[in-house]
Amino acid sequence: MSVAVAVPERVVRRRVDAERGLRGALLGLFALFLWVFLAWPMAQIVWRSLHDNRGAFIGLGNYVRYVSTPAIGVSITNSLGVASVAMAVTVALAFVYAYALTRARIAGRGLFRLVAMLPIFAPSLVSAIAFVYAFGNNGIVTRQTGFNVGIYGAKGIVLAEVFYCFPHAMLILMAALAAADARLYDAAAALGASRVKTFMTVTLPGVKYGLMSACFVVFTLVITDFGVPKVVGGKFSVMATEIYNQVIGQQNFTMGATVSVVLLIPAALACVIDRIVQRRQYALVSSSARPLAPGQGRLTNALLFGYCALVAAAILGIYAVIVGASLVTRWPYNFAPTLKHYRFDTIGGYTPLLNSVGVAALTAVVGTVITFAGAYLVEKSRTAAAGVLYMLALLPVAVPGMVLGLAYIFVFNAAGSVLNRLYGTLAILVISNLIHYFTVPFLTATTSLKQMDAEFENVSASLGVPFYRTFWRVTVPIALPSIVGISMYFFLNAMVTLSAVVFLVAPGTELAAVAVLLLDDAGESAQATAMSVLIIGIGLLARLVYWALLRGVTRRTQAWTTATQEPTSTA
Amino acid sequence: MADPRPPAVALEGVAKRFGGVIALRDVSLTVAEGEFVCFLGPSGCGKTTLLRIVAGLEPQNAGLVRMAGRDVSRLPPSQRNYGIVFQSYALFPNLTVARNVAYGLETRRLGRAGVEARVDALLDLVHLRPHKQRYPAQLSGGEQQRVALARALAPSPSLLLLDEPLSALDARVRLALRHEMKALQRRLGITTIMVTHDQEEALTMADRIVVMNHGVVEQIGTPADIYTEPSSLFVARFVGHMNLLPATAVQPGRARVGALTLRHRPAPGVGPGMAVTLGIRPEEVRVGAAARDLDNRLTARVTSVQFQGAFTRLGLRGLGDGGVALECDVAATALADLGVKEGAEVPVALAPDALRAFVEPPGTHA
Repeated sequence: MSVAVAVPERVVRRRVDAERGLRGALLGLFALFLWVFLAWPMAQIVWRSLHDNRGAFIGLGNYVRYVSTPAIGVSITNSLGVASVAMAVTVALAFVYAYALTRARIAGRGLFRLVAMLPIFAPSLVSAIAFVYAFGNNGIVTRQTGFNVGIYGAKGIVLAEVFYCFPHAMLILMAALAAADARLYDAAAALGASRVKTFMTVTLPGVKYGLMSACFVVFTLVITDFGVPKVVGGKFSVMATEIYNQVIGQQNFTMGATVSVVLLIPAALACVIDRIVQRRQYALVSSSARPLAPGQGRLTNALLFGYCALVAAAILGIYAVIVGASLVTRWPYNFAPTLKHYRFDTIGGYTPLLNSVGVAALTAVVGTVITFAGAYLVEKSRTAAAGVLYMLALLPVAVPGMVLGLAYIFVFNAAGSVLNRLYGTLAILVISNLIHYFTVPFLTATTSLKQMDAEFENVSASLGVPFYRTFWRVTVPIALPSIVGISMYFFLNAMVTLSAVVFLVAPGTELAAVAVLLLDDAGESAQATAMSVLIIGIGLLARLVYWALLRGVTRRTQAWTTATQEPTSTA
Repeated sequence: MADPRPPAVALEGVAKRFGGVIALRDVSLTVAEGEFVCFLGPSGCGKTTLLRIVAGLEPQNAGLVRMAGRDVSRLPPSQRNYGIVFQSYALFPNLTVARNVAYGLETRRLGRAGVEARVDALLDLVHLRPHKQRYPAQLSGGEQQRVALARALAPSPSLLLLDEPLSALDARVRLALRHEMKALQRRLGITTIMVTHDQEEALTMADRIVVMNHGVVEQIGTPADIYTEPSSLFVARFVGHMNLLPATAVQPGRARVGALTLRHRPAPGVGPGMAVTLGIRPEEVRVGAAARDLDNRLTARVTSVQFQGAFTRLGLRGLGDGGVALECDVAATALADLGVKEGAEVPVALAPDALRAFVEPPGTHA
């Protein structure tokens, strides 16, 4: 003890064996993937925004022009305004709905939940099209009542976005409301607090992080959404449509890049704050909490039931309009039933839909493999390099689809680049979906890996079993429910996404969601609704398959997960 | 007796740091073939880190690890030939008991029948053959631990590493498993290193104990050595129970405690005037008739009587101002003859050959 021996800073390096080499190589591949398809394109878009269209460096010139030109600069305030209002309305509506489903004993809760989930299965612009059919200049409501709400513009965007974002907010709020601790309510009752007081002092503080999280998620969804403002925005310009107009309309790529970088700021900010808030929410629920049994007064129950019925009816109404419009000859003049809109004669039939299903399936398979394997490699090799990859994997959630799509044009449509070969292929669509929706599956995989015993790999190594064998025989089977969930997430999102791929589709690689947009743009809105119906149908079918798969997985793994535990001291 | 074979495990100058924190400092020790060695110490002493360095799961910053003479310092875990049982067992939850045990055999060329036979033999060894087709979640903690042991032993490693294998278990299961594991180790003759913070576990199971503290080895010795001849105050406190009396050295073999001058075991390095700590184990304190005619005698009042089953622990305080406080264990059979109760005055003797002197003042390792 008395002899002070200096301990070197560096560790004795392990000899590199085949396994270690393989691990390093795979991690390198993952890094390359994130570099080529995420970091490099994002760097490109920032770089381009600092140049003019002839390629000369002009510093912040584009930014100055963006904010000082009223015609395009107004898109910033428009975006922020619409996103804020839609956020407030959506969260307020979804809160009451979620409260009714978690805290009250009302009939048909399962059905209400299911109906509220429907908007997730449709591209965002579908709700906008439905609103046009109902409240547009020739909408059915407008014609029946003779009152024109003036759907085109901010009002229409907010309405359609509320509908589109409702399920996202509801899911977050339901999770927050379900995590209540009954002991707090008992204490409030024992202290003689009134119902209102209990709500203000116990319920609201308990879900404040959930509320904040729902706000950020809705805000991000709205400000980055392209489909809704494209359809009902009219002359009201928001940032997402401005990017499209600059790039597609005016071929002004550098201004498109400039708007993109500006759009990144609020989206990224909202994501960062949301992540911080979410971490707090977990800490709020103590492990000794007692779940709260739902129950309210009779009048409250009746009111909440009425509210839920109203909201659910509105959502179903929107879908009824879409399905109805797709099945009649000419809405709203000729209601004779027909299937002719399902022939898609102006876009050459079913190619876009088949492409979409193919792209979605490929995204699901490849995405699941890459996110899970990537999360595994990052989680199991605790090096500084792996930490950088982890941060990089969190980035896509903050990147709006329009921005990613434009960045891909810069990288994959550049003359003389090897990556150019990808342009105009289905592969680029799959890759853009992978990156666009990368973060959530990556975090899901990381969470399920963290729940496993960290010594599995060490035990295997001591037994002389290579890590990839243990990955396949132990890690993957244990994580199977998460893996199935990840693939479903990729599939559903790839089916309905519009924003990134709108820049990347080419003749022969059209996608269904883009077809909806183009058909609507071309005045073929009946065919647009028909395509929407098919997208929704496929989404619901996929959901059903997913549900069956999960049941199968659960049954197979039941033997070892829900096995009757004999009393032991080990938790 | 000189052993011509190289030790099963030899560590030379092993050091480890985590950033600015030094976890291990210049650790050297050897483990003979077939020996059962315990790394014992409080949490954070570096014992688990040392085990993980032996296993190759943690890279050391300096030093050599040899196994049977072979330098394995830079080899990955898979090339070191050991079996390991973790505190969490790390059983594969999706595989049956049999498949868990077979896990390390499947990559070897044994054939299906060979693997089957080996699995059965190991499950017999840990008395779990009837549970062969169960999943880990269907077993009790103790059973899971035995499966982990069987899995570690299956490929016939030359070294067994145990990382706090019993600490997640109930006290009763732990006692039973202690004996079972020790017997198994004897029978197989496998070199074993076990990490534990439980001194009782180390004393009952180990052939030799390595007592560690703050990243250094405090003492290496047989359980009896460690108990009877603790080389430092830390070891004296950590292993077993010991009365500690702050004292001042007067002359070789004599120290003053308050008004008393006591004779103690010769202690090298103690010079007159130095602050020392005298230590004596509770069962070595003589009381009543047994104290008569002995050296280092004093009179004390009984301040407490704690019944502990096989023995009774008496709290004693020497008479007079600043009298020393002592604890004394009296066997249940002797207690009746002694006939003491709280408040009684009894003669007490601290036999000089039981009274150890440590140079550090008490509180050094508090």
